[in-house]
Amino acid sequence: MRIGVITFPGSLDDRDAQRAISLAGAEPVALWHGEHDLHGVDAIVLPGGFSYGDYLRCGAIASHSPIMAEVIDAANKGLPVLGICNGFQMLVEAHLLPGGLIRNDHGKFVRRDQVIRVENNTTAWTTDFSAGEEIVIPLKNGEGGYIASDETLKQLEGDGLVAFRYMGVNPNGSLNDIAGLTNARGNVVGLMPHPEHAVEAGFGPNTDFRMRSGVDGLKVFTSVLEGVLS
Amino acid sequence: MPTIVVEVMPKAELLDPAGKAVAGALARLGHTSFTNVRIGKRFELTVEGPVTDATLAQAQTIAEEILSNQVIEDVTAVFEAK
Repeated sequence: MRIGVITFPGSLDDRDAQRAISLAGAEPVALWHGEHDLHGVDAIVLPGGFSYGDYLRCGAIASHSPIMAEVIDAANKGLPVLGICNGFQMLVEAHLLPGGLIRNDHGKFVRRDQVIRVENNTTAWTTDFSAGEEIVIPLKNGEGGYIASDETLKQLEGDGLVAFRYMGVNPNGSLNDIAGLTNARGNVVGLMPHPEHAVEAGFGPNTDFRMRSGVDGLKVFTSVLEGVLS
Repeated sequence: MPTIVVEVMPKAELLDPAGKAVAGALARLGHTSFTNVRIGKRFELTVEGPVTDATLAQAQTIAEEILSNQVIEDVTAVFEAK
């Protein structure tokens, strides 16, 4: 199982995503934004960061990168694609997921260990979670406010396309407390919080058991393994 | 050089947190005649050769497909700078 992680100019969490993939038991493959080659990977992660300095709109310039032509084509054919934070912003800019992400309603950058609920555990990236499972993973963004038209929101809710929802605190003004989405097919998932930062004891969120011991994000990466192997 | 100007604004119904922050600052400075501020973007596209209907149409397309995200923004103007 080989999972590609695409590095864009300004990506920050590409190496963290690669490490998460290793810890999940798969082989990470570093991919470059300027190429037209997915190197035959079985799944793709668009990592977090500030591609192109968030110029124009977050993720907008990256969504027009050379390699995104191949990503969009592969996503439409069913290849699992996960967008985290800036990667989620790229997915909406590439119209692989609906809606948009705007500046946090309170105007400030936010970094917190965030409780989210897994609303759809049938996507390529969520099958290892139980339905309704509440997990804690880090959130860190300045422009994570999810917005969409009333009609789109109704469709997302009606069709079960909300993959993750903020619990307790809505950290950025996202409509319907939406933290992450899936497409109808379940292969393309995007979320603002960072599962790749909660994969290794000692470096994750605090838990009741021990400081920094939270590894709730790991199941995102193990989920996709099962889909490809089965 | 001939220049085409494209103006993009956040959709009117959406919260504009940056504009709201500036409006708050104006109020604190005593400029009470101004009740609201919205912040948009102005792009200046330098054109090779004269501006024609075709280049304006092309600028309109670029404005709608790349310079703005129609989910969150509106293209409010595309015109040749005088």
